[in-house]
Amino acid sequence: MATATTEIAAIPRPFRIAASSRIPVVRLGELWAYRELLYFFVWRDVKVRYKQTAIGAAWAILQPFLSMIVFSLFFGRLAKLSTNGLPYPIFYYCALLPWSYFAGALQSATNTIVEHQRLITKIYFPRLVLPISAVLSGLVDFAIAFVMLIAMMLYYKVTPGKGLLLLPGLILLALLTALAFGLWLSALNAVYRDVRYAVPFMIQFWMFVSPVAYSASLVPERWRWIYGLNPMAGVVEGFRWALTDHAHAPGPLLWASACGVVFTLLGGVFYFRRMEGTLADVV
Amino acid sequence: MSPAIHVEGLGKRYHIGQRPRYLALRDRLAAALRAPARVWKSRFNGATPRNEIWALRDIDFEVKQGEVVGVIGRNGAGKTTLLKLLSRVTEPSTGWAEISGSVGSLLEVGTGFHPELTGRENIYLNGAILGMGRREIARKFDDIVGFSEVVEFLDTPLKHYSTGMQMRLAFAVAAHFEPQILLVDEVLAVGDLAFQKKCLGKMDEVARGGRTIIFVSHQMNQIRRLCNRAIWIDRGRVREDGPVAQVVSSYETAMARGGNVEQEHRDLEDKTRFVKWQIAGLPEGTAHQLDSLGEVTIHFDLQLNQALQRGHHGIALFSGGRELIWGRAIDNLRLEPGLHRISYTFPCLPLRPGPYFWQVSLWENGNCFDAWDCLPQMIVATPNFQHPRDEWSGILNIPSQVRVSQLDGVECTNRAKAHGAS
Repeated sequence: MATATTEIAAIPRPFRIAASSRIPVVRLGELWAYRELLYFFVWRDVKVRYKQTAIGAAWAILQPFLSMIVFSLFFGRLAKLSTNGLPYPIFYYCALLPWSYFAGALQSATNTIVEHQRLITKIYFPRLVLPISAVLSGLVDFAIAFVMLIAMMLYYKVTPGKGLLLLPGLILLALLTALAFGLWLSALNAVYRDVRYAVPFMIQFWMFVSPVAYSASLVPERWRWIYGLNPMAGVVEGFRWALTDHAHAPGPLLWASACGVVFTLLGGVFYFRRMEGTLADVV
Repeated sequence: MSPAIHVEGLGKRYHIGQRPRYLALRDRLAAALRAPARVWKSRFNGATPRNEIWALRDIDFEVKQGEVVGVIGRNGAGKTTLLKLLSRVTEPSTGWAEISGSVGSLLEVGTGFHPELTGRENIYLNGAILGMGRREIARKFDDIVGFSEVVEFLDTPLKHYSTGMQMRLAFAVAAHFEPQILLVDEVLAVGDLAFQKKCLGKMDEVARGGRTIIFVSHQMNQIRRLCNRAIWIDRGRVREDGPVAQVVSSYETAMARGGNVEQEHRDLEDKTRFVKWQIAGLPEGTAHQLDSLGEVTIHFDLQLNQALQRGHHGIALFSGGRELIWGRAIDNLRLEPGLHRISYTFPCLPLRPGPYFWQVSLWENGNCFDAWDCLPQMIVATPNFQHPRDEWSGILNIPSQVRVSQLDGVECTNRAKAHGAS
């Protein structure tokens, strides 16, 4: 529909507007037609984020970097948690990198529908564009923070193993996890504003059940399978493994949590699509 | 050729009363704990009818390719809801509509403008939100900038623009948006007359270009000028559909008689109500257009079917954007039954040019006899005294004197009547 505006002469196929059926249909073609809008939303988010800030994009590095210092100091130097021989800064930064991305992406995906209330009540576009652009725009910060990691690895002379090839897959998993939960939470947040207040707490809680501050090997073997149900556990430990070759290789549990994420994502998409038609009335 | 728009049985139902503007999850949980049976029942019975309101009901019509249709009706009649359904902002509760062609909607101008971004960036963002592709925007970019007259501020963040400049930029993008089917909601009602004319001219051009347009407006002169057909929507239903002259004139007649849509079904003599309003001393045809900044008297005629002992009368003036500008109330009115005229005299009404509307009401002991959004609207067509760049800032249009003098030494007086007054 959107692209048709550029080719006025095209003979249009009638489009039918009616109350949607109980089983929502995901119009992937339409989403594709709106890819330029998706691009513009991401572009705007990135552009606006660091406008009128003194240090600009350095914020993207500062957040995980400062957390890394605090973690290294308290969990490392003082509590002397095991890192399987990795220097503390690398150990924590590797984990904080995907974690900060995930936390930020989930938070902004949750708020995106409410934040675009005016837009939603005034104009049509597939609403899925909003949470998708929210999780995508976080990737820019992630990339900036990643540069810092490379510098640190050079400094500490840590070399990645062949697990590095799996890193894109792990990033994708983190993105899909944020999107899957973001879809549920953003639609819920449009109807129930409590969600907005619950999410920061949820994210904090989530961090403690993910191996960010400690190594997954701390978890007793027989509880690992429950632990693996948390997809971010797989992502965070997987990051350490892919980048440093010092942690445990992610086992079949990573695949299990990937499947879990796909199911959550499908559920989220369907729930979101069901809400979509009347989002403008409730938001 | 297939029609551009085909609508059948279209309806939109809103639930009111039983739900606040938004819910808190804890309220819902608490309600479920307190009365599980009721929550359970309401899930299955649906909402009770008295909590429902049909913003639109059983709408049928067809719009041919290239037709320009005006949608008219009172505030809250369902015009905007119709546009929201056709533009897919929200889904209908019943019925369907079939649309052949790309649809673009302008329910608001400047949708999605971001204050931190520059004018240039906002043109791209707003264009994309409306549905234009990046290449299309790039092609039209120079035209848009030319139309907006803000070329020197293109790389300034939008937050430093005056309201007027923001509006102009928004209009410029909207005016260059060219879908096959265009849905427009009252967006031309804001702004000064000169820029409105420019936008109307552009709309004329678009209409003559063979595009299909559905145009909602309260300004009958705009409807008459742009449209060849009008649909009058009243309380969510189509009341009349036909050639523009015929529908508009029957709408205006009905509104001038008091604006109450049910009047035909009631015994007219029996009803206490305001029957008409006019500006004193003007011929019948132009009695709702204010051209002077001098003293002005406005009459409101009231049909009273019973004696009032402690009547309460209120009056308010709203801008086209529904902003309250002025209000006044009078207590303890003693009136005999019959036709009365309430006249208000103002030394002047220094309002910015544009549409306004009066609201008058009559009460006794908390009982409302009538509350009328006076129709037609009052069009203020006085000369604009503001600087042409800032015609959108503020409500008042006051002739003022400016005096600039140097305080240290040489007297250098620069007296000028306010801009444009001569």
